[in-house]
Amino acid sequence: MEGKKIRVLIAKPGLDGHDRGAKVVARALRDAGMEVIYTGLRQTPEQIVETAIQEDVDVIGLSILSGAHTHLFPKIMELLKENNIEDIVVIGGGVIPEEDIPELRKVGIAGIFTPGTDTHDIIKFIREKVK
Amino acid sequence: MLDKEEMKKIKQLKKEWENNVVQKTLERFPERKNKLVTGSGKEVERLYTPVNLEGSDYNKELNFPGQYPYTRGVQPTMYRGRFWTMRQYAGFGTAEESNKRYKYLLDQGQTGLSVAFDLPTQIGYDSDHTMSLGEVGKVGVAIDSLKDMEMLFNGIPLDKVSTSMTINAPATVLLAMYIAVAEKQGISPDKLKGTIQNDILKEYIARGTYIFPPAPSMRLITNIFEFCFKEMPLWNTISISGYHIREAGATAVQEVAFTLADGIAYVDAAIKIGLKVDDFAPRLSFFFNAHNDLLEEVAKFRAARRLWAKIMKERFGVKNEKSLMLRFHTQTAGCTLTAQQADNNIARVTIQALAAVLGGTQSLHTNSRDEALALPAEDSVRIALRTQQVLAYESGVTETVDPLAGSYYVETLTNEIEKQALEYIERIDKLGGVTQAIEKGFIQQEIQNSAYQYQKDIEEGKRIVVGVNKFKINEGSPKGLLKVNPEVGRKQIEELKKLKEERDNYKVKENLKLLEKAAKTDANLMPLILDCVKSYATLGEICDVLRSVFGEYKESVKL
Amino acid sequence: MEIVEKITNGDRRAAAKLITLVENNFNQAQEILKKLYNYTGKALVIGLTGPPGSGKSTVTDKITKILRGQGKTVGIIAIDPASPFTGGALLGDRIRMQDLSLDKGVFIRSMSTRGHLGGLSQATQATVKILDALGKDIIIIETVGVGQSEVDIVKVADTVVLISMPGMGDDVQIIKAGIMEIGDIFVINKADKEGCERLATEIEMMLDLNQNSRWRPPVLKTIATDNVGIKKLLEEIDRHIKFLKESGELEQRRRDSAKKEIFDLIREQWKEILSTFIDNGFLDKIVTKIVKREEDPYTAVEKLSSILVHSYTQGGIKNDRKD
Repeated sequence: MEGKKIRVLIAKPGLDGHDRGAKVVARALRDAGMEVIYTGLRQTPEQIVETAIQEDVDVIGLSILSGAHTHLFPKIMELLKENNIEDIVVIGGGVIPEEDIPELRKVGIAGIFTPGTDTHDIIKFIREKVK
Repeated sequence: MLDKEEMKKIKQLKKEWENNVVQKTLERFPERKNKLVTGSGKEVERLYTPVNLEGSDYNKELNFPGQYPYTRGVQPTMYRGRFWTMRQYAGFGTAEESNKRYKYLLDQGQTGLSVAFDLPTQIGYDSDHTMSLGEVGKVGVAIDSLKDMEMLFNGIPLDKVSTSMTINAPATVLLAMYIAVAEKQGISPDKLKGTIQNDILKEYIARGTYIFPPAPSMRLITNIFEFCFKEMPLWNTISISGYHIREAGATAVQEVAFTLADGIAYVDAAIKIGLKVDDFAPRLSFFFNAHNDLLEEVAKFRAARRLWAKIMKERFGVKNEKSLMLRFHTQTAGCTLTAQQADNNIARVTIQALAAVLGGTQSLHTNSRDEALALPAEDSVRIALRTQQVLAYESGVTETVDPLAGSYYVETLTNEIEKQALEYIERIDKLGGVTQAIEKGFIQQEIQNSAYQYQKDIEEGKRIVVGVNKFKINEGSPKGLLKVNPEVGRKQIEELKKLKEERDNYKVKENLKLLEKAAKTDANLMPLILDCVKSYATLGEICDVLRSVFGEYKESVKL
Repeated sequence: MEIVEKITNGDRRAAAKLITLVENNFNQAQEILKKLYNYTGKALVIGLTGPPGSGKSTVTDKITKILRGQGKTVGIIAIDPASPFTGGALLGDRIRMQDLSLDKGVFIRSMSTRGHLGGLSQATQATVKILDALGKDIIIIETVGVGQSEVDIVKVADTVVLISMPGMGDDVQIIKAGIMEIGDIFVINKADKEGCERLATEIEMMLDLNQNSRWRPPVLKTIATDNVGIKKLLEEIDRHIKFLKESGELEQRRRDSAKKEIFDLIREQWKEILSTFIDNGFLDKIVTKIVKREEDPYTAVEKLSSILVHSYTQGGIKNDRKD
């Protein structure tokens, strides 16, 4: 229990109000011993990045089901870059079509977890990426 | 019902059957699990017999369709007279594109319209707002002004179709737009048939597209009740929703409990501002989920009807029998559909739709197979519609009313769900009502706990999802998914600019000012919103006025 | 030192990273904190504690907005309980403070109650110093206040505000856990709820019993969500600070706080020393003896202490005692 805590920011960018998945993932990460900061609905990219800075998180998990990921995810990655942040692992989940994934990977999203994902896979992924 | 002696005999014979016949079988092969449960986790017995219903009273608990307590249905002839309305929720991109989809669906035999608005519209933002970037037209149609609404219903006679609009926080504005479009078609409001969802409480609980805080939101909702009572007698003023609560992870019992609790809150709010319950209650409607467990869902619908009737009679003392009837729309459960082997979803939707029909729904939306991947492609939504048509025309379940009544299992489940839902309602009462319960996070926590348990059950293999944690295959990428034109946002912004140049901006400003003034009093805002809408004030402009007076809601999250 | 310079120049990222270091590797952080110390001492520290649901975060949010209006910068440490089983935590206080997340004059850090090598108290006190050095005029420590360790943290503050609300069932929950004595200001939030007057009376009665203090804590009523009573709360905080300064109590509190910090640090240091000298095998043997009733715990510890002192004076670890 002691030792380096993995801190994760779970964020819902944009107007999408479906938070069942985000809350289930947040709880699963908490049960896996991580510190999870959940900031609720309607987060702007600016809010997400500023929160990530102040909370010095290791991971940002973005949950979005509205199709607005094509605009919002790259915007968030852009802001992280502007702030010279290179060591935060950014992952995403929700309704994200497979064909959009390569573009998202290109801008630096480390992993996309679509419907049917087992939370243990997310936990494993985070533990591997955060060293 | 059977008399005491017969019951005793059956009890005894059942015991003997279990000790001898069943025991022998169990020794050869045990049952699949130690405990078998319904979709909601309720334990299911091996066998149900008349003994489970000992002491039941047909006339009191079931009675006849169209008669209190309406367990068997709200209409005497149900589908023998008319099938449920086949009403597919649809909308995406621009008004023009959605208009095309609506015409297609009506052509294919759908019998009512159901409008899906995009998130900016649902949250009262115009397409050019910063929060709208990337969201315009993605989950529904973008409506910024009356101009878009006119396009949406272009060529669709509003006196011939009934329209359901899934809009909540800015419901007054969209309803006003609908009325204005009808007027332009020469149709008076009293001829209009349809439903406006207008259910803000479930937004706070489970759906998230709120704008204003609870008190002013209730005011807007009761404004609609009052306005429609006078001007639109054929219009359903609210669709008190359990669908989204279930989608957020609630169990069947919680779905009924929280939905009816919301209903109680709305009735209370309307009475508080001076409306007579029998004036508005007949036009309240409901919206439920049709989940996987066929028989539990059927029982749930019947329990909801009976419980609501009792609540209206005993708690609110209604005199008009129409006030007792729970009429509802159903949507099959989106959360149960998978991205993996998506065609299997057609089978899931069929079972869920069957549950809704056996449960006596008044109207039905069936999800498309690509639900977990995108908005429905044309061929996918056609299959979903055909599913309803097959059920209606080929399955035979429509030929008699409430066919599952009398099933020992279904009646037992109906009784249990009613009982447990009532217990929840009493707990909420103790907390001070739904608004208090939401503020304290009680309802949200119950739902979150169920959602978490559901996920754990899947991950531990206790709950099987075919294609996801069993019977997996290696799949290629899905093909033929609907893609929303990425230019929609840009187009809407251009149109908005044009609109603002072409309209009478002085008139708009005046109307908005009048609205602001009235919002600070307790006047009914519908007439003023109608004026704003007709002068082509945008949705965002109108909602910003209301925001300035009412403030914005701050989420209450209890993790 | 580079990081010190960054922090004193207002670099939020550097401050955030140092806070993380404090939580994960205090020994390393300590070296930086030494250098940072001279840049601290300007900030006023407000402790805010109350049971879950009482509206602490909302009160914090509203107070901060008024302070910002007055041109002051604010640091907020929001502490939430961690799971005793997994050590993980869900930190959700920020949700109530959404508007502040883009205000560069506000720095919010969420912290859990567990998993701090060195204890929560130590981590919090260090974080206060970091935010102080970052230039924050006011630092608010917000805790749930149901555990003893959280009560300890609040003692680090200059002004302690206890928040309660009517109708919690256990109306005077704050009387428990010895929290009453540390309150400088009592706030009844959600004051529009039933039972407010009764609760206020009960608190006043409890305060009547403690007549020796020179400061009579005011009992305020707020409805934080509607911004009612918040200005008054800030005025009372100001009045309390003034009282502290004029009466010399501020100096005394700072002395108490420093003393407490010394003991917190020493306790943690010696715990660490103990673990370097006594490996788990040895400790296990002692535990077995105790459980088997072969030795009582008091004698066992006496023996341990003398072993420790003996090893220490033999010069096993760094011995930099400077007078």
